[in-house]
Amino acid sequence: MPKRETVALGIGAIVVAVVLPLCNMLPAGSPLAISNFTLNLFGKFLTYAILALGLDLLWGYAGVLSLGHGVFFGLGAYAMGMHLMLEIGSKSVYQSSLPDFMVWNQVTVLPLFWRPFHSTAFTLAAIVLVPALFGFAFGYLAFRSRIRGVYFSIITQALALSAWLVFNRNEMNLGGTNGLADFKTVFGFPLHQPSTQRGLYVVTALTLIGAYLLCRWITLTRAGKVLVAIRDSETRVLFSGYSPAAYKLFVFVVSAALAGAAGALYAPQVGIITPAKIGVLPSIEMIVWVAAGGRGTLYGAVLGAFGVNWIQSWLTTSYPDLWLLFLGGLFMSAVLFFPDGVVGAIGRLGGRVRRLVSRRSDRAVSTPSVSLGRPMP
Amino acid sequence: MTPPPPADQPTRAASIIYLEDVTVNYDGFKALSRLNFFMDRRELRVVIGPNGAGKTTLLDVVSGRVKPESGRVIFGHNTDLLPLRENEIAQLGVGRKFQTPSVFVNLTVWDNVELSLRRASKGVFAALRQRDAREERDRILRTLETVKLADRADGKAGALSHGEKQWLEIGMVIAQDPELLLVDEPVAGMTDEETERTGALLESIAADRSVLVIEHDMEFVRQIARQVTVLHQGAVLCEGPVEQVQSDPRVLEVYLGRRREEADAVH
Amino acid sequence: MISRLTVLLSLVAWLAAGAAGHAAAAPAASPEVAAALTDLTGDDADKREAAVTVIGQTRDPKWIQFLSALRDGSVYARTRAGQTELVVGGSKATKGDQDVIDISAAYDRASLGTVPLTDLKEVPADRRLRLAIKPFLDADETQAQLADPDAAVRRGAAVKLGNQAVATAAPVVEDALKKESDRWVRHALAEALALIHLANGTPAQRASAARSLGDLHSESAVPALQRLVTDSTASPAERGAAMHAIRGIERWGLLTRTVETLFQGASLGSILLLMALGLAVVFGLMGVINMAHGELMALGAYATFVVQNWFRAAWPAHFDSYFLVALPVSFLVAAAVGLVLERGVIRLLYGRPLETLLLTWGASLIIQQGLRLWFGAANVDVSSPSWLSGGVPVMVGLTLPYNRVFIIGLAAVSVAAMYWLLFRTSAGLRIRAVTQNRAMSSCLGVRAGVVDATTFAFGAGLAGLAGCALTQIGNVGPSLGQNYIVDSFMVVVTGGVGKLAGTILASAGLGSLTKGIEPALGAVFGKVAILVGVILFLQRRPAGLFATRGRNAEA
Repeated sequence: MPKRETVALGIGAIVVAVVLPLCNMLPAGSPLAISNFTLNLFGKFLTYAILALGLDLLWGYAGVLSLGHGVFFGLGAYAMGMHLMLEIGSKSVYQSSLPDFMVWNQVTVLPLFWRPFHSTAFTLAAIVLVPALFGFAFGYLAFRSRIRGVYFSIITQALALSAWLVFNRNEMNLGGTNGLADFKTVFGFPLHQPSTQRGLYVVTALTLIGAYLLCRWITLTRAGKVLVAIRDSETRVLFSGYSPAAYKLFVFVVSAALAGAAGALYAPQVGIITPAKIGVLPSIEMIVWVAAGGRGTLYGAVLGAFGVNWIQSWLTTSYPDLWLLFLGGLFMSAVLFFPDGVVGAIGRLGGRVRRLVSRRSDRAVSTPSVSLGRPMP
Repeated sequence: MTPPPPADQPTRAASIIYLEDVTVNYDGFKALSRLNFFMDRRELRVVIGPNGAGKTTLLDVVSGRVKPESGRVIFGHNTDLLPLRENEIAQLGVGRKFQTPSVFVNLTVWDNVELSLRRASKGVFAALRQRDAREERDRILRTLETVKLADRADGKAGALSHGEKQWLEIGMVIAQDPELLLVDEPVAGMTDEETERTGALLESIAADRSVLVIEHDMEFVRQIARQVTVLHQGAVLCEGPVEQVQSDPRVLEVYLGRRREEADAVH
Repeated sequence: MISRLTVLLSLVAWLAAGAAGHAAAAPAASPEVAAALTDLTGDDADKREAAVTVIGQTRDPKWIQFLSALRDGSVYARTRAGQTELVVGGSKATKGDQDVIDISAAYDRASLGTVPLTDLKEVPADRRLRLAIKPFLDADETQAQLADPDAAVRRGAAVKLGNQAVATAAPVVEDALKKESDRWVRHALAEALALIHLANGTPAQRASAARSLGDLHSESAVPALQRLVTDSTASPAERGAAMHAIRGIERWGLLTRTVETLFQGASLGSILLLMALGLAVVFGLMGVINMAHGELMALGAYATFVVQNWFRAAWPAHFDSYFLVALPVSFLVAAAVGLVLERGVIRLLYGRPLETLLLTWGASLIIQQGLRLWFGAANVDVSSPSWLSGGVPVMVGLTLPYNRVFIIGLAAVSVAAMYWLLFRTSAGLRIRAVTQNRAMSSCLGVRAGVVDATTFAFGAGLAGLAGCALTQIGNVGPSLGQNYIVDSFMVVVTGGVGKLAGTILASAGLGSLTKGIEPALGAVFGKVAILVGVILFLQRRPAGLFATRGRNAEA
């Protein structure tokens, strides 16, 4: 990693993982204090950023546009949610050992697939492995038969639609439209306590940092170069002796696992997971985080997830009618006017300013700065 | 039609690629029709033929892109290519250069060659373990020097000119260190000078490996060819040294019967 | 209290008499009726109910009308010259400080002038009385319906009589059967007759009725036949006939359900086809995945809604013709928006399919939210023109609704138009040329930009047409497009890009597959099964049904 990037990453990590939680611990009156609400909101954004990293690896690097990542996010969130539901135990409204919605639906015995989620270890494994395995199965079928480009995007969108329909059904025993909610504790810590929320936030921040390092590591290895090569010319990659399907499958599974982890961190912080998070619209919204932030640069994806969601939480409370119009406009302008996202636009602007300055100050030295360029011509 | 090679001719042991009775059917159109074709090791072979004769399909079959309806394709001693995928065939040592240049425009010229280098495994996990391997530097540098792109090594491949991209792709195929090189119309769209340089390059490559070139430009064919195969309607029409092929009446008929200027090109 | 059965029996007896032609010669007020009328003014509920029966059994239409008035509470009693007389009240008015009312005679409705309301005493019709009156009115209605000029009404009456299966109705049905010429009404009458015989006839009659019910494929006879099969008092011949009939009916039911499923699949497929045609041609031509295609469809549906409202306000007399206007309007509205979209933004992204996908998705969100803000988030109501309601009966137990037939026809016409446009006109030649080789076509003087714009607008127009058609069978709401877009892309993917024949086959296939799977798996899992099916199908044929093979297949 270039030195500048390491430094920037280090500062960012410290701010996100250390400074912000510390500010939250300050007394409410202090000028630097961050309210529990805001920290919780940030925590949610950070989970989105984890997901965006995987998507960026998939789309920004390998050029594979998935419109179904809400499904993997949902799988992780539901896996975590199921554990949290079981943790409630008989403290629920109906004082049954079963989750409330099962009592409403007249389910008397805990369904078989719920049982392993009593175990913390199993849950921790499942939040990553379930989306990863599902991603593997889906990706294997899709990439093996060389479904690619827009075909792949459409198929993943159909996946999102189907998953949404299925999770909405009561007979799936996953809470139907209402999803899983009213969690009381997470691994024994009461969720209503600010310290638990702060802890979750820190765990999320650390996961994000870990995910960033993982993705960065992948892009720095030869495998990362192969991913970019696949985006440029899949045929050439194939005839150079690499199997593009294997690489795409790998990065698809990684991104699915990251999405699952993000979902698992989302569920306890937001306190609810419903099918509304896994449908067609939420899945494609995830794409705009990456597009707006700047695909092909991992920090762009993180900034995009943070920025777009911040605007969303502001708009949906202040001007709810405008949010979808804004989102539509963001899609269009991200594609039309800043194809490499805000990060790229700033980079280009910076490059221009630097050229201008260097031309003025020292005409002898003329090193053309390498612009980021359009990631996908 | 040339009959299949008799037993006393150069046997399969000496051949690098061997196609027997290969038929390729595109929705009723027979691109290759019971084609028999073989090539010796270290041979530079040029395949010519009118449009639709099946030249590119021949390369597609050898490189695994198209699976024939029937027939056998044997590489080297006894490797059956039919069940293999393109990347597996490439790993065996068959390199392919496309007609339109295909390089990785978002990677540097250096990275383009680095990715192409022959190595034991090109799987995901092997690729994850490897970063800038120092011992590879020499090989990459040598390749870049061969194709005269050493001074462009750190620039993006997308910034190269058309001819330079063609050369880069040839360099990438060389870096694969293939035993058999498949080259599809390498000089299309090149200037005369570039054409000449490309010819020289191909000849030097053929010094220690087999090269199969598809070409339209008869000037260029005369420059590089020793042995020429003429394809017509998916089968071999005739085979032999350039001069002999050029005077073969069947070849003249095929070209004359189709288009006058191509017939002129043969002469 | 008179038991329901007696009422029913007496009523049918009356019906039979009426139909046999000895109608309405009863005296205006026979002694029994006069007594009954007097009873009606009394307080004894049993007597009042009996009185209704007496009056009803006169089978005189005029008395039946009187009962109807009684039920509606407009019968009054007045005392004139010591005699209590029943009259029927008409319109009320206020004259000075008095409420007055027009009255007429109970039987023949001869006007008796206007009298103050205070002179009259209302004859109350409580619930019990109304219940006693109802069968007579219903029977009267059935009687009238059997002679109705509308075949559907006659058929309904026949079905009702069959369900009641009262022995005395048999002569009425037989009589109607003799006069009836319409095939479907005859069928219903024959079914009713057989049902009546099955319920009331001799063992021989029952066996023959069972056989004829079997021949008539009478679904509604199955419960009665099953009762007969299990009836231990029935003869073996009867039971055998009933059993045989049930088997025949069930086989027929399977057949009609299959045909119906295929038909529903075809109409769903037609909507998908209209959507997918535009998508597929645009995708083939420009490599553009138009995610806003569903919203263009929604625009077409809303255009239909607006045209409808417009007609309702301006020309209510010609309301039925609104749909004929809505068809071209919806096409044009969607085409215009499509044109703006293509010229405005999509053309800037030529050759970058993934970006176009995101761009058009953005556009779709904006259109969708625009519709929501303009028309509201709730579904709007589009009513069918009268000529599209109802259906054509094609076989026993199966009626094809006109609106679905119309949609299939519309899709067929659109496909034919598309073929004609693509393969018989010079514009089509240019479209095909640009699809195959854009650069070369441009060199040959084809203005690719114009071709793109017109094709895109045409495809958008087809989506608008699909939206217009959809108003007849589905809900119209702002998120209408979202519900169909994924399905239509499945069609495009399965059919192969830019392949008309593939698109047609895939939409028909996916449409009927969806409808075929639904009963077994439910709509949700049906959809999931379809997705899995498409993915597995693409394993075999990655480029769809009609893939272009050969060297042009991919770069």
